[in-house]
Amino acid sequence: MSRVVRIAAGLVAAAAAVALVLVLPHWLSDARAAEFARAGCFFIAILGLNLLTGYTGQISLGHGALMAVGAYTTAILTANHGFRDLWTIPLAGLVAMGAGFLLGLPARRLSGLYLALATFAFAVAMPALLKRFSGLTGGSQGINLFDKALTRSTGALGPVHVLGRTVATNDFLYYLTWGTGLVLAAAAWVLVRGRVGRAFRAVRDSEVAAASSGINTGFYKMLAFGISGFYAGVGGSLFVLVSNWFVSPTTFAFDKSLLLVVGAVVGGLGSLAGMALGALFIQFVPSWAGNVSNAPGAPSVFFGAAIVLVMILLPSGLGGVLRKLTEPLTTRL
Amino acid sequence: MPLLSVEHVTRRFGGVVAVDDVSLGVESGQIAGLIGPNGAGKTTLFNLITRLYRPDSGEIAFDGESLLRTPPHRIVRRGIARTFQNVELFPSMTVLENVLVGSHGRGGRSARELLGELGLDAVVHRRAAGLAFGTMKRLELARALASSPRLLLLDEPAAGLSHEEVEELGALIRRIRASFDLTVLLVEHHMNLVMGVADRVHVLDFGRKLAEGSPAEVQRNPAVIEAYLGSERPQHAPA
Ligand SMILES: Nc1ncnc2c1ncn2[C@@H]1O[C@H](COP(=O)(O)OP(=O)(O)OP(=O)(O)O)[C@@H](O)[C@H]1O
Ligand SMILES: [Mg+2]
Repeated sequence: MSRVVRIAAGLVAAAAAVALVLVLPHWLSDARAAEFARAGCFFIAILGLNLLTGYTGQISLGHGALMAVGAYTTAILTANHGFRDLWTIPLAGLVAMGAGFLLGLPARRLSGLYLALATFAFAVAMPALLKRFSGLTGGSQGINLFDKALTRSTGALGPVHVLGRTVATNDFLYYLTWGTGLVLAAAAWVLVRGRVGRAFRAVRDSEVAAASSGINTGFYKMLAFGISGFYAGVGGSLFVLVSNWFVSPTTFAFDKSLLLVVGAVVGGLGSLAGMALGALFIQFVPSWAGNVSNAPGAPSVFFGAAIVLVMILLPSGLGGVLRKLTEPLTTRL
Repeated sequence: MPLLSVEHVTRRFGGVVAVDDVSLGVESGQIAGLIGPNGAGKTTLFNLITRLYRPDSGEIAFDGESLLRTPPHRIVRRGIARTFQNVELFPSMTVLENVLVGSHGRGGRSARELLGELGLDAVVHRRAAGLAFGTMKRLELARALASSPRLLLLDEPAAGLSHEEVEELGALIRRIRASFDLTVLLVEHHMNLVMGVADRVHVLDFGRKLAEGSPAEVQRNPAVIEAYLGSERPQHAPA
């Protein structure tokens, strides 16, 4: 019985989330909508990181670089190959998925700090790689779709017409990122409850028991990196659109990878709803920190302090608070 | 031909020879006991059979075919399942999910049926982490059975159980052998249990095979008595 109640409560919460995403732009200024759209990209990438770290127990400090793979896939296909930007989003996911598989190769042998370092090396090398292959990537100039493919950049010329409505560009980008995010969150929800998700969690909980139960632990770690890469790639692809259709090597410097880990941990690893809060945290808290004082270095110190504060006050992250708030409801019913 | 045959298997860890030229065979349908003082190499032998470790030399075959080229995650598909000395559950997962993972490599009975058979239906949706110790051990057994194994390896299933639970365990092992058509290899310090259920007993000491025979023969064997009296666990000496 309590399971039925919990599932019903989950559905109500999901419906409420959808409703909130739908109505929110009515209260947002155009600039705010753009910021929320950017947070939506982080939400998607962090969902992927959560599948990998929260559910499979594998660390990645290289997810910013996987976002870069998705971002450049979109930029290159749209700029040079005649694709409309929107159609490249799933393709960017698939290419980053391939990159995720490769990034997962060391996970078959390494774990913990060693894996963290191996993936971090990928994050550090990415900007240099992007500059090295400048024929493809435009080098340090990056790729500006606004110049190169204005007509194929949806919304770049002004309001977008969808489903018989006219939607302002930033509202459109907001709906696009959070709509995609909600769909991918639902997919993650289904995934972690099925056979593959059980295998992920088994690998996280006990590798020997997983192997003895017939789970190919190396394969499932790589699969988790791959699926996680898909999410990061989609997030990176959308990030190009919300960054005025522009991407360059500095867009995905290694600090993006660290920022994503901050978002996932602050959001509460293992909690899907918490990931939305983690994304909002890494989008908005750094700029608030900048408002407190813009003395040299001060914003970073305030942002750091905010992270430490959350971790001390809420050890299971913002998602843990969500769970605590909703638990009494579902158990009392 | 035995279902499981271990031939001249040796495994060293640094200077320690954990398993030293051990040979044994387990016939289909048998409940075989594997006993020996602490550090005798019993768990290491299990880890060699399930391919968590690779032997330095020797051969291990199941159903006439070598196991040594089978990767660890394929062992269960060959029909071998195990439990662990220090209970290795998936603590954050529910009882039902633990059993479902058990059937990942090779399915069999429905998980619900299995949970019923092992008296776990009251805790189906509880997280494994919060269970009583005896319940955890039964869950680990249920998870192993979920793959419908032909050979079940039990590493000290009675350790940490209450007196009544140990009595029940003996009956349970016999019952599942019959209903699942199992062969069992049982590592146990609890002599009453081993001598009560085993058809044949193998004895290890310092990695070497010390003796083999029926429970009665092994209990009379002077070398076995010596090994146990000389060890730090005289309370487990065969009566
Ligand atoms: N992974 C390992 N690394 C190093 N030494 C090991 C390892 N596994 C086992 N050993 C050593 O091998 C020997 C046999 O250990 P094993 O765990 O197989 O004994 P056991 O018969 O299961 O003992 P117990 O009854 O205490 O469980 C011991 O000396 C142990 O320290
Ligand atoms: Mg042992």
